[in-house]
Amino acid sequence: MKTLSYTIKQAFIQFGRNRSMSAISIFAITCMLLILSLFFILFINVTSAAETIKGDYDSIEIFLLDETTQDEANAMIEDMKQQEGVEDAYYKSKEDAMAEFRARWGDNGYLLDSLEDNPLPNSVVIKIADLEKADALAQHAQEYKGIEDVKYYKSTVDKLLKATDFIKISAMVIMLFLIIVSIIVVSNTIKLTVFNRAEEISIMKYVGATNWFIRGPFLVEGILIGVISAAISLCITYLVYNQLVDIMADQVYQMLSMPMVPVGFLIYNFAWIFLALGVSIGSCGSIISMRKFLDA
Amino acid sequence: MIEFENVTKRYKSNIGLDDVSVKINEGDFVFLVGPSGAGKSTFVKLILKEIDADLGKITVKNRNVTTMPARDIPKLRRNIGIVFQDFRLLPKKTVYENVAFAMEIIHRPKRAIKKQVPQVLTMMGIADKANKYPDELSAGEQQRVAIARAIVNRPKILIADEPTGNLDPDTAWEIMQLLNQINQLGTTILMVTHAKDIVDKMEKRVIAIEKGRIVRDETGMYGYKEALEDPTGPFDTIPMQSRGTFRAGFRRGGRG
Repeated sequence: MKTLSYTIKQAFIQFGRNRSMSAISIFAITCMLLILSLFFILFINVTSAAETIKGDYDSIEIFLLDETTQDEANAMIEDMKQQEGVEDAYYKSKEDAMAEFRARWGDNGYLLDSLEDNPLPNSVVIKIADLEKADALAQHAQEYKGIEDVKYYKSTVDKLLKATDFIKISAMVIMLFLIIVSIIVVSNTIKLTVFNRAEEISIMKYVGATNWFIRGPFLVEGILIGVISAAISLCITYLVYNQLVDIMADQVYQMLSMPMVPVGFLIYNFAWIFLALGVSIGSCGSIISMRKFLDA
Repeated sequence: MIEFENVTKRYKSNIGLDDVSVKINEGDFVFLVGPSGAGKSTFVKLILKEIDADLGKITVKNRNVTTMPARDIPKLRRNIGIVFQDFRLLPKKTVYENVAFAMEIIHRPKRAIKKQVPQVLTMMGIADKANKYPDELSAGEQQRVAIARAIVNRPKILIADEPTGNLDPDTAWEIMQLLNQINQLGTTILMVTHAKDIVDKMEKRVIAIEKGRIVRDETGMYGYKEALEDPTGPFDTIPMQSRGTFRAGFRRGGRG
């Protein structure tokens, strides 16, 4: 316990007395985290977009002829609910469909006012639980009587999911790469610091300090640098993303009909990731860079 | 206190020590002299287990250093105070912190540190420099700090590796007085040196090494008594870097 408080105290003293080196390390880690956050933002938005797409299109819509009765529709719903792979099935009237349409058009909804009567059909919507079964279900729906068409966006969903998967995987690979690069950069930065203190370390060893006693303060210093960098990059990310959402969210919604991930959610997730990364980069950096001097 | 039994240490191209046997008793004050590359540093490094002997057995404070596992090295070194020619103070720590550090690493309580550090600084005559950084001190003062650090844990052995090498003769002599005091308080002292005038003045035991072998071990003078009468004698083997501490008369010719 006494050693721990000694270690932490020494780390803060070291940190303060090596201000320029600490500043350089913080700058390096912050830059890395900011570049990482760029990809995180991309990753997290694409993931949420993929979820939205799945939610929008993981359904089969059976358009009904106008003369099909509510009872017939209910029969279809009951039948569908019996099928495997169906999460839910419900009736959507033409009025519901129009309201949804209007909502999606947003400010341009007034254009729909000029329509004399509702051209949209009544429909039965089937939510699919198991995508594997979707084809069979669409096939099954074709056999109902009193239907106009069965709409299933399988190919669109497939294409979109493939695209988002590709983006997600690329982003992950790039992030992994960046993490490795940042550990190298940071360990080199810290190595410079340690190199300046190689003499110091050898003196400590002469006086009889154990390796962990020497390493401790450096390790805590690395962690401290990591935490500070995480905090700085988190603040910058918050400000930038907040601004970005302000400027772009409306356009993104109109173009892609999906919202951007809200700032709060993003920052909450980033806080933990950044903290973990900052701490591990800082501590890995200091341990790696000291190894050579301690083994000597 | 320190015993070498048939110790041999070879390096790739040359020999460090060649079948050396010697015993340094408790309370001794011993000078280790010899030309550069004779094996003095090897001798010291073996005691500190910075390097391992190829053959033979080394005992320090009744512990067999030769077979000691690496994890016990810090403990070994805590029992030996070390003073270097270039002081080796931690530049980012104050005088007080430098001395306190030696106590902190062996987990001495704060109370003991607060009591002992000022004591030893006073003993070394640098109590007023406690809050200064090493680069604000003169060479002599820095060496006093280094000695304070070396003895603050009251080690049984103090090794001084050319402690006067960077000091002018008067300051060097002051440092010798301090070492003598420390020796009189019971600490065994092994001092590596080239400073002939100091060795001659102190009249302590002198172990002379040449080419990895002990060529002389007796109380008294730096060189052989008969050699002293020949002015081209052993002094030509003294390397240039150490001559700053000698009388100007020695600054002539020879190897450099």
